Amino acid sequence: MKISLKVNGQLREADVEPRKTLLDTLREDFLLVGSHAGCEHGVCGACTVLIDGEPSRSCLMFAVQADGYEITTIEGLAPAPGELSVVQDAFCETHGLQCGYCTPGMVLTAHALLEHNDAPSRDDIVEAISGNICRCTGYGQIVEAVEFAADRLRKTNLPRHARSDANNPGKPPFGGNDALGHGVLTAVQPDTPRGGRA
Amino acid sequence: MSEAEIPLKFVSSNRRVREDRRFVAGQGHYVADVALEGLLHVAVLPSQHPAARIVSIDASEALRMPGVHYVLTGEELAKAAEPLMNGLNTPHVKRYPLAVGQVRYAGEWVVAVVAESRAQAEDGAEKVRVVYEPLPYVIDSEEALDLSSTPVHPAHGSNVLLDRTFVWGEVDKHFAESPRHLSFRVTWGRNSTVPIETFGVAAKWDPWREILDVWASIQMPKYSDQIARALRIPLNNVRVHQDVDVGGSYGVKRGIKQTVIVSHLARRLGRPVRLIEDRLDNMRAGDAHGPDRIFDVEVAFDNDGIVKSMKMRALDNAGAYAGRAPFQLGKPIGAIVGPYKIQSVKYRAISVTSNKAAQEAVRGFGQAPTNYAIETAIDKVAAALGLDRIEIRKRNFIRSEEFPYLIPSGTRYDSGDYHTVVAKVLAHADYEGLKRERDELRAQGLCAGIGIAACLEPSGGNSSFEPLLNDANKTTTWMESCRINVDGLGFVTVTIHTTSSGQGHETLAATVVGEVLEIDPDQIRVVRPDSLNSLPGNSPVGSRMAIMLGGAAFHAAKKLKAKIVRLAAHQFGCVESDIVYQGGATSYPGSSRKLTWAEHVNIAHRNFHLLPDGMEPGLEVTHVLQVPTANKLPENGRVQMYPCHSFEFHLVLVVFDPEIGKPKIRRYVIGHDCGTVINPHIVKGMTLGGIAHGIGASLLEEFVYDSEGQMLTQSFMDYLLPSSHEVPHVEIVHHCTPSPFTVFGQKGSGESGYLGSPAAISGAINDAVSPYGISFAKLPIRIAAISDAIAAAKATKEKVQS
Ligand code: FES
Ligand code: FES
Repeated sequence: MKISLKVNGQLREADVEPRKTLLDTLREDFLLVGSHAGCEHGVCGACTVLIDGEPSRSCLMFAVQADGYEITTIEGLAPAPGELSVVQDAFCETHGLQCGYCTPGMVLTAHALLEHNDAPSRDDIVEAISGNICRCTGYGQIVEAVEFAADRLRKTNLPRHARSDANNPGKPPFGGNDALGHGVLTAVQPDTPRGGRA
Repeated sequence: MSEAEIPLKFVSSNRRVREDRRFVAGQGHYVADVALEGLLHVAVLPSQHPAARIVSIDASEALRMPGVHYVLTGEELAKAAEPLMNGLNTPHVKRYPLAVGQVRYAGEWVVAVVAESRAQAEDGAEKVRVVYEPLPYVIDSEEALDLSSTPVHPAHGSNVLLDRTFVWGEVDKHFAESPRHLSFRVTWGRNSTVPIETFGVAAKWDPWREILDVWASIQMPKYSDQIARALRIPLNNVRVHQDVDVGGSYGVKRGIKQTVIVSHLARRLGRPVRLIEDRLDNMRAGDAHGPDRIFDVEVAFDNDGIVKSMKMRALDNAGAYAGRAPFQLGKPIGAIVGPYKIQSVKYRAISVTSNKAAQEAVRGFGQAPTNYAIETAIDKVAAALGLDRIEIRKRNFIRSEEFPYLIPSGTRYDSGDYHTVVAKVLAHADYEGLKRERDELRAQGLCAGIGIAACLEPSGGNSSFEPLLNDANKTTTWMESCRINVDGLGFVTVTIHTTSSGQGHETLAATVVGEVLEIDPDQIRVVRPDSLNSLPGNSPVGSRMAIMLGGAAFHAAKKLKAKIVRLAAHQFGCVESDIVYQGGATSYPGSSRKLTWAEHVNIAHRNFHLLPDGMEPGLEVTHVLQVPTANKLPENGRVQMYPCHSFEFHLVLVVFDPEIGKPKIRRYVIGHDCGTVINPHIVKGMTLGGIAHGIGASLLEEFVYDSEGQMLTQSFMDYLLPSSHEVPHVEIVHHCTPSPFTVFGQKGSGESGYLGSPAAISGAINDAVSPYGISFAKLPIRIAAISDAIAAAKATKEKVQS
């Protein structure tokens, strides 16, 4: 049957079987493959998307049920291609991931937590991510990432609704703050006399 | 061999992991994301019986279902493909991707249904009618070992795949002269690493180019070789795409049977075909279960607690097929005495088949269970003598000045300083304070216990256990390679020749090459060519990549630098040793002349007339690295196993209510020494993740089979993975004892944490219940088991008292 869903702010249409999950629809019909299938029975959280801002299991929901809600997938979080949100950047800063398979669900869950709670305690964070299983990290650097993101969000002067889209202005788009900023590589200019050599 | 310049600029610095960017944005490229035109989907039909003869298969109704294209049976596939490879010389234990004639475990795949969508394939599979005739089966390991048990493979004659006894040193003499002995049995339950991404594979056959393209969630040495052998096609017709991100593996992503199924179907149907396991397929029949092992241990020691000799019998349940499972009894031979100076060992390694799912390589390759057995022995010796468990470890440790240290089974440990690591941990954790805390908790009526584990992580991923356990196997290399190309505009591209499953190999290679060439690693691109464009390699197994890929990248970069220096010396008219290389530029002291990076590139790429005699144009180098220390076949049952040995020391405080029995880890401190760390973020993540995995193995995770041969823990509702609630904050205490055998002094860390945490947690729980006079001898120690055992102990006590 025909459905139209609001995904990442855009109206998307598809023709799906009523039994098709939201997860499969996002992945197959809208090619939003950042949402992952881990268990498909509601335990692991790899399929987490935000439905009206709340983390939800897209494997447990039929696409036809999602009509009328605002759906946010991981693809909707980055402010621009190649730019990361504060939460995404914080996961990079603390290496809050390894294989990346649970990561979209984790990042969205953390994002939702920080929308509600400016200053989550460690227990708040542990509770918030406890429905998302990560097999790689043992959660330590994920908790650190959320703490780090919370701190940075608190320090920005933007109103809360605008923060999640705000990349930290001081941050270079690539390489992170530990990048040297300048490389020793100087491109050769092949067409100059003597091949660019002094 | 350590020739790194000091100080290091990028190695060991807290730089970001470059892979993370794509993953946090949901832009990983996993096998399920590979979009292929005309893709068909596979669903498999499992057997309900642990053992049965397949009488007939009727697919006619399935073939009439909408979208269904094909139903593949084991008979057809067996004609088209070779049986899968066995590690040992057991030719009659034949394994086909789909059951042929007989099923050997509940869940084993019988037919594969191909359809336009996975849902349609599943619908089709429901309509396949298979008639079975149930056969006798065996689940229990000891029963399987009994020669009167029903063989899983009648042609093999028994269930015994391997039964080998090694005696290293004067075991009988040492036992005879030791005043004290003790013996015990512990059992390591069958669990696995259970990545959140199941195994998946897609394949496409191009008949005009004669190329089989494969995309897979794979972590497997010699994967393409095995595909080619199974399908009887030349290896250069197989192209494995290694730029597929793998959603976790930790050893188990070895889906060769899945690959043979889709590859055959892709050729048969002329369309790309994929099989992505669902969780049930994966848990029940992904053939990815880990060791399932009973240890009988006997130690001989003196009144000071010095352990002189050990006898260990390890009986491992390989499941229905052989594969590489028996080798997981072989690798621990390389650290069979742990960090201790045990002078002699008798080791009997037994692997049996049973009607359980097939076993596969799991993080540590058998080492974590063995460490659990050794650490339990040390705890018991301490208890027998009334000595402190840390004191007894310190008395038995190899001392730092004794390295390289030759253990009885033939491996020379590279380096270590166990006493210092322990001292650092005790100081950090305040061991006396921790004991007081435990006693205060006990005074409140709670169960509280301290757990301790000291163990090694053999690293470097050599495969010496293959020739050790299989005389026909003469493998003495397990190489890894790296290529560096500096392009005509001066940019650097490094190639690595494997898939990764979260270990950060791109970051590793860039960091090392940047370090040697003194250029910013962030400017270096790292790519993964497909297998046809790859140099020899053995994939990230056995905690080897820091050592092997790091080493290969180091040597390749050194070669590149040497070429630049030679090229520069030719321009300056001086000898190479006079050239100063700095930050990509060269100079010649005594002259003001200098060549920049761009100038070297230009000469190499454009000015052949300026090159020294015999130098090839361009700036491209490769290096194929042999595993350090691996230079000969085993002799007399002794072999140098892995080159490097990281050390970890765990100290844990666990508390729980005696009525409820749900353990809470109140404090977790680990001292970790893996030599020079290349990227601290990555090593930290491995260690924390390994500990979490060990918490699962010791408290939660088990593939449980009932007496009917059915697996009871098939979903994440029954097979519990630790969540953020179960994993505590972990404090890591670092120490660095460089390895003399590697380029920066690095050792492996891919299995760190996991190798000792089950032993430590088990020790903590046993300490906590010791006031009741009970202990647990099997992992996992489940909540219910704890509360039941305490209740039983209390009841007995009351009875005795009344
Ligand atoms: S895939 Fe939805 S919860 Fe696991
Ligand atoms: S990063 Fe691999 S499962 Fe979380």
